[in-house]
Amino acid sequence: MKVNTDIAQTHLKSNKKQTMLASMGVTVGIGVFIFMISLVVGFNRNSDEGFFKTTPHIRIFQEDKLSQPLLNIVDTNVSPIIINPTISNLSSTLLNPSKIISDLKNEEDVVTATEHVSVSLFYNNGHSQITGQASGVNIIEANAMFDIESTMLAGDIQNLVSTPNGIIIGVGIADKFNIQLNDNISVISAVGVSKILKVVGVFSTSNAALDESKSYVNLPMSQQLLKQNSSYVTDIFVNIKDPNKAVAYTDHLEKITGYNAEDWQTANEAAMASKKTRRVMFGAISLAILLVAAFGIYNIINMTVKEKLNDIAILKAIGFSGKDVLSIFLKETFLIGLIGTSLGLILAYVLIKAVSGIYIGGNIGYFPIWIEPEVFIMGAAIGMFITLMAGYIPARSAAHIDPIEIFRK
Amino acid sequence: MEKKIILQTNNIVKYFHEPVKFKALKDVSFEIKESEFLTITGKSGCGKSTLMYILSTMDSDYEGELFIDGKKISGQSQDQLAMIRNKNIGFVFQFHYLLPEFTCLKNIMIPALKLGVKSYEQIEYEAYQKLELLDIKDQALKPASKISGGQQQRVAIARALINDPKIIMGDEPTGNLDSKNAKVVLDTFKELSQEGGQTIIVVTHDTDFAKKSDRTIVMADGEIIDYGY
Repeated sequence: MKVNTDIAQTHLKSNKKQTMLASMGVTVGIGVFIFMISLVVGFNRNSDEGFFKTTPHIRIFQEDKLSQPLLNIVDTNVSPIIINPTISNLSSTLLNPSKIISDLKNEEDVVTATEHVSVSLFYNNGHSQITGQASGVNIIEANAMFDIESTMLAGDIQNLVSTPNGIIIGVGIADKFNIQLNDNISVISAVGVSKILKVVGVFSTSNAALDESKSYVNLPMSQQLLKQNSSYVTDIFVNIKDPNKAVAYTDHLEKITGYNAEDWQTANEAAMASKKTRRVMFGAISLAILLVAAFGIYNIINMTVKEKLNDIAILKAIGFSGKDVLSIFLKETFLIGLIGTSLGLILAYVLIKAVSGIYIGGNIGYFPIWIEPEVFIMGAAIGMFITLMAGYIPARSAAHIDPIEIFRK
Repeated sequence: MEKKIILQTNNIVKYFHEPVKFKALKDVSFEIKESEFLTITGKSGCGKSTLMYILSTMDSDYEGELFIDGKKISGQSQDQLAMIRNKNIGFVFQFHYLLPEFTCLKNIMIPALKLGVKSYEQIEYEAYQKLELLDIKDQALKPASKISGGQQQRVAIARALINDPKIIMGDEPTGNLDSKNAKVVLDTFKELSQEGGQTIIVVTHDTDFAKKSDRTIVMADGEIIDYGY
C-alpha cells in the first residue's frame, strides 16, 4: 500500500466521527438527488404512457398546401402573386396506403404501422347533438398500438371486428345520451352521411374531453361516412422501438413516404414544455441540495487541513512534496465521497421503494417511480465529482503550506 | 586523511520582507566536513534558525549558493528538494513533532516508506532496530501522542535516522527536555558522528551542549563571528 494512502486512511480512521459526518452530507445529498430525479423520470414516463394511449409515436399525413404559381420565376424584379390562393390538394388521402405501410413495416425501427381515417361527425339523440371525432381503424392493430382494451368499461373490442356497423364510444357520450351496450346511436358526418350504428363497447380514458367526443369505428364504415372509396386513408400511425428517437426519425419517414410526418412530442408540445419545466425545476432543487453537501465536505476537509498544519509541516520536512500532500487530502476526500455515495445509493433505493408503495388511485395507481439504473449511475458520478471538487480547494491550499512558517511559531 | 566536505555555503544572503525589509543573513559562507558534530549558537534573532532552514532545503528563498555532498541545491524545484530532504537529511525539532495518529513505529517508518526503496517488512525491521538503539523498543506500538516528551524526542531521532541520511539537523533538540533526556540526545548525536560517520548540525542555546560538540559556530546579527576553528 502506498504511504500516502496509508496516511489518508489513518487520518480518517482516527477521526471516525468527523469522517462519518462528512460522508452523511454526501449520503443525504446523493440520496435525495437520485430520488428527485427518479421522481421526475417516473412522472414523465407515466405521462408519456398517457400520451401513447391516444397519440402514436409518429403520424404520417398529407399536409394541406396552398396553390403555388405554375411558373417558377427566378427574376428578382418580378414577383408572381396569386390572388385568393386556396388549398390545392385534390383530396386529403394518402395515395396507395397499403404500399406505404408495407414499406414502413420493412423498416428496422418500426414496430407497428396502421391506417387511420379521421371523421368529424355529430352524435345525435333526439334534439341533442354532440360534435366529435370518429377514428376509422383496424381495431386489432389500433389496440396493439394504444392498448384500447385496457380502457374498455363495457363490451369488447373483438365485437367491432364482427359487427361492420359497430361503434365503440367514449363514456361521456354514453352518459349524456343514456346509451348502453348494444343500443343504437345515430351519427351524421360532416359531409352529410347519416348512419345508425350499434354500440359494441364503451371506453373511459383519463381525459374527460376525449371521453365526450371520441369513438372508434371500422375502417370501411369511416370511409362510407366520408363518401370515400376503400383506399381512402387520412393518416398512417407508426410506433417505433424507442419513442424518444421519434423526433430524429420523422425526417427519415418523410423521405421514404413522401408525406409529412409528425412525432408525438411535436403533437403534444404544451405537455412537453411542462415536462421540460418540471425537469429543470427538480434538477435545480436537487443540485442545490448537492451544493449544500459540497459545502459540508469543503468545510470538513478545510477544518482537517487547519487541524493538521503541524502534521503537514512535518511531512514536508521529512521529504513529502506538495504533490504528496495534495494526494493525501484528495484521497481522504475520495474515501469520504466513496462511503457517502455508496450509502447515498442505498438511501435513494430505500426512498424509491418506500414511495413506490404508495397507492395514489385513479388512473395512476401506484406512485409512478422506478429504480432507474441510469439515474443511479449519473447520481454516483455527480456525487463523486462534486465531492472531489469540494475537497480539492482545501487540499491544494494544504499542498502550498510553507513548513517554515509553522515551525517558527 | 583530509575529510570530505559534506555541506558548503557561498555568500548566503536572506531578506525578510515582513513587516519591513530586513537583512537576516549577511554573506554567510562556511563549510562542514563529513562526520563532524557541529553546533550553531548565538543570541535570539541572530539568524541561526533562519540559516538552519536554508541548510535544511526547506527555505529556498535566498541569494547565494548551497552545496550538499558536492551537489548544488540552490535553484532546484520544490519537488526535487523534497526528495533530497527525504534521502539525505534527518530532522529533530524542539517540539517533538510526531504524527499523533500513528504509532511510534509507523512514525519512524514513514520517511522510509516515502523513499520507497526497501520492502515494508525490511523497513519495519530497521525501525525496530532504531528503536532499540534509542532504548524505547517497548513503546513501539503505542500511539505517538501517548508517550512522554523525552520518549517522543527519541522517537523523533529514530525517525531522523531511518533513511541513514548523511546529515542530521536539529533545531533546539534539547530545548524542551530535562537534563537526563538532554544527555541521552547529546550522547546519541556524539555516537552517530563518531561511529556512524554521520554529520550532525544542531542549532542550540544550550552552551553545555555546544561545548561537547566537535565545533561551534557563533552567530551575531546575521553574520558568523566565530567559526570555531
